[in-house]
Amino acid sequence: MVELATGIRNTIGNSIDRPDAIDKVLGAFEFSNDLHHEQMLWGAVVRSPHPHARIVSVNIAPALAIAGVAAVITHDDVPGLSTYGLITHDQPVFASDVVRYQGEAVVGIAADSPDTCRRAVAAVEVVYEVLPPLTDMMLAADADPIHPDGNVIRRVPIRFGDVDAVGDVVAEGNYEMGMQDQAFMGPEAGMAIPAGDGSVDLYLSTQWLHEDRDQVAACLGLEPVDVRLHLAGTGGAFGAREDVSFHVHACLLALHTGRPVKMQYRRDESFLGHVHRHPAKMHYRHHATADGRLVKVECDIVLDGGAYASSSFAVVGNAARFAAGPYKVPNAVINASVVRTNNPPCGAMRGFGAVQVCLGHEAQMDKLAAALGMDPVEIRLLNALETGDRTITGQIVDGVAPVRECIEAAVAFELPAPRGADLFDQPGGAGRTADALAVRRGVGIAVGFKNAAFAEGFIDDSHARCRLVDGKVTLWCAAAEVGQGFVTIARQIASTVLGTDDVELTRASTVDIGSAGSSSASRQTYMSGGAVLKACNEVAEQVRIALAAAHGVPSEAVGLVDGRARTLDGSIDVVIAEALPGERFEADVRHMHRDTFPLDPETGQGDCDVSWIFAAHRAVVDVDVELGLVNVVEVTTGQDVGIALNPLHVLGQIEGGISQGVGLAVMEEIVTIDGVVKNASFTDYLLPTIVDMPKVRVTLIEHPEDGGPFGAKGVGETPSLSSTPAVAAAIRNATGLELARVPIRPQDIALPN
Amino acid sequence: MTGSLESLTYQLRINGALHTVDGAWLGESLLYVLRERLGLPGAKNACEQGECGSCSVLIDNVLVCSCLELAAAAVDTDIVTVEGVAGLDAAFVDGDGLTDVQRAFITEGAVQCGFCTPGLIVAVHDLLAANPEPTASQTREALAGNLCRCTGYGRIEAAVEHVIEVRRG
Repeated sequence: MVELATGIRNTIGNSIDRPDAIDKVLGAFEFSNDLHHEQMLWGAVVRSPHPHARIVSVNIAPALAIAGVAAVITHDDVPGLSTYGLITHDQPVFASDVVRYQGEAVVGIAADSPDTCRRAVAAVEVVYEVLPPLTDMMLAADADPIHPDGNVIRRVPIRFGDVDAVGDVVAEGNYEMGMQDQAFMGPEAGMAIPAGDGSVDLYLSTQWLHEDRDQVAACLGLEPVDVRLHLAGTGGAFGAREDVSFHVHACLLALHTGRPVKMQYRRDESFLGHVHRHPAKMHYRHHATADGRLVKVECDIVLDGGAYASSSFAVVGNAARFAAGPYKVPNAVINASVVRTNNPPCGAMRGFGAVQVCLGHEAQMDKLAAALGMDPVEIRLLNALETGDRTITGQIVDGVAPVRECIEAAVAFELPAPRGADLFDQPGGAGRTADALAVRRGVGIAVGFKNAAFAEGFIDDSHARCRLVDGKVTLWCAAAEVGQGFVTIARQIASTVLGTDDVELTRASTVDIGSAGSSSASRQTYMSGGAVLKACNEVAEQVRIALAAAHGVPSEAVGLVDGRARTLDGSIDVVIAEALPGERFEADVRHMHRDTFPLDPETGQGDCDVSWIFAAHRAVVDVDVELGLVNVVEVTTGQDVGIALNPLHVLGQIEGGISQGVGLAVMEEIVTIDGVVKNASFTDYLLPTIVDMPKVRVTLIEHPEDGGPFGAKGVGETPSLSSTPAVAAAIRNATGLELARVPIRPQDIALPN
Repeated sequence: MTGSLESLTYQLRINGALHTVDGAWLGESLLYVLRERLGLPGAKNACEQGECGSCSVLIDNVLVCSCLELAAAAVDTDIVTVEGVAGLDAAFVDGDGLTDVQRAFITEGAVQCGFCTPGLIVAVHDLLAANPEPTASQTREALAGNLCRCTGYGRIEAAVEHVIEVRRG
């Protein structure tokens, strides 16, 4: 009989509360925006109003003359590397000769209040010679280079199978995605505190402390050990905190003035100050047999990387690899590229390259189905990828791949009731503008997939430490908690292994533990959860051996089961955490997944991924076809999660991911004209409110994934993949329109062409 | 209220206690004064133009965005922030000092990053004080001014429904 550790509540599989939730509901949780220091100055940045210009002169004297201004710094004050960036260091800390996007930092200011900062920013005199901006991604490759590194950041060709194969039926289409913003609620913020010995501490919201540290230290001309980063409360991320933003500026100003410097972006500055989801243009041609089996997928993809590279190299790799969708595709010809323009820089956002192509491949599946007279669900089930199939990079999918189950689960929910009389439920909502006679209902289905964790040979590791003393467990891991719930599942993993709820996770920092990698790519449960599990298992093993020695029995006589250490005869049977009071056990681990490999630069072939995540979505919409108003009524989904370690919080990830997918489908877009952002505010950049959100119904598809802690997969990005194309398909179904571009705006429906 | 437009001194009554604001500029928002002068950072600064609701507080029992209110104009009012919702009605406060709304947000999974949470807590208290049994549509309308980017609102609605049920008894 298996005896559970007594009274343990926080084991995996339980929907335990977030440990930080009490402080968050009380308003007592300290976000980076709440940081305060008695001696602190405020930092601010002068930004370019032009998307492309030569800097003729910079006069900081008028700003320095303002009472309360402590420092005004430029590129001349950067002691180390003058550029930074995630994969290539191509972005200046402060622009010196040329600015390449609207919002590029030119001058840094420290002053005694936000108001003094505002006046000092306005007082700096920068003379620009305005240059014509390069804003058309389709022209960028052949245009004069706007950066010494050139305008093509990366091309990814994929040649799989018989590139000349032809199907009985061909479907073709052009698709386009606008620029989405992550729009986390807590704007960028942090505080740099100089230590007095030339080193500096930076408290900040981020996704990846150690990567930030390395970039910041290089720019400061300091050793990494002299730049200590500590995670402050982080108000969401979704990819936008993977890049350095204010980090170097705050540290420079702190070191320059010898005082703590707090920086926090206003919302408009946040829109200009972080990367966005890449806009995409795609041309697809799908070939299928007369009975609906895919023969070949051809696709040309161009992503607009904006002015600097950020993570574009990896984003376009994803766009290429997942361009054909989660299907059995025997032949493929893909040409993907990401180019540089004078538009806002783009980088990571939830779904990372797979979102863009999912819009295309799913619209194509519907076109094929229509051409073949098949049902959209039927054609997807017929072609659904399974474990053992090859992706278009030639890699065998050896993990859990329940594509068919996801689809079946998404469509198994009963369709919602016809639209009722409640005016709140009409397209247009409580504005009551919809004419009931003009409202059409539509239904759409879509399926998506991507990788979990880093790919293409990128180093992917996470470090964790577990210490057990007197029944109390302490964990160290630098994984950034950005709202996703790592702080919850780390405790659950330790509780499950060691049999106690007395688990503390220390504040994430670069000081006392190695890198955990980024809180991105659906990887922290998988990788840092894996690291925590490994560390806890090592501690449990130490206890087992010590316990056996203490009792004078062979170590193999003691087993570890459900948080207890016990012998078969029951002579030893104790909670692991409480087995040896007074003794200290500790394990330091580095966890890595199996190796991945780069893609062949000519053929795009290679075993580049470690794990895949899948979901299907069905959307139901009501559309007022005269006014172009859309009410997304319901989204149902089946999502592959491996094993849900905390089902309630998995549900929260799925609902949140779907809200961002719905937003991208019908409202969210950063609008630029000639490279200038026209809607950098929550007034003009529309986010789904509670009345815009459809009812969501979810089925978790649970099959344990090898390599994930307790069989868990990442769950964060999956809901953002196919929710957007499902809504788009539903609107097409309701209207009969082509609607090849998202977000689908009212004029696209009411005034097509 | 004393001093010049550049340097005013006045008192605000917040969560039942008087706080002195010293040397403030007339143009400072209530949000700024709460956060930066009075050490009450519960109200959050996500947009500072009245779109997101993360800075929601009550002024004389009216739900407002504190970023759009002049602090100096709130003299002689009763201001309630997220730090003070437990003082609204003792019947709804548990042994840990949490209101039923705060507790439901925790147990129903309505909190992720938590940046929108303080504003929503205040807004839900305001909704249920005015209408103890709102329909789903009324709840959605009442909370339409509070943006959340993490949750998709599903668990927030569940938390509100939970409180309605418990209060119904």
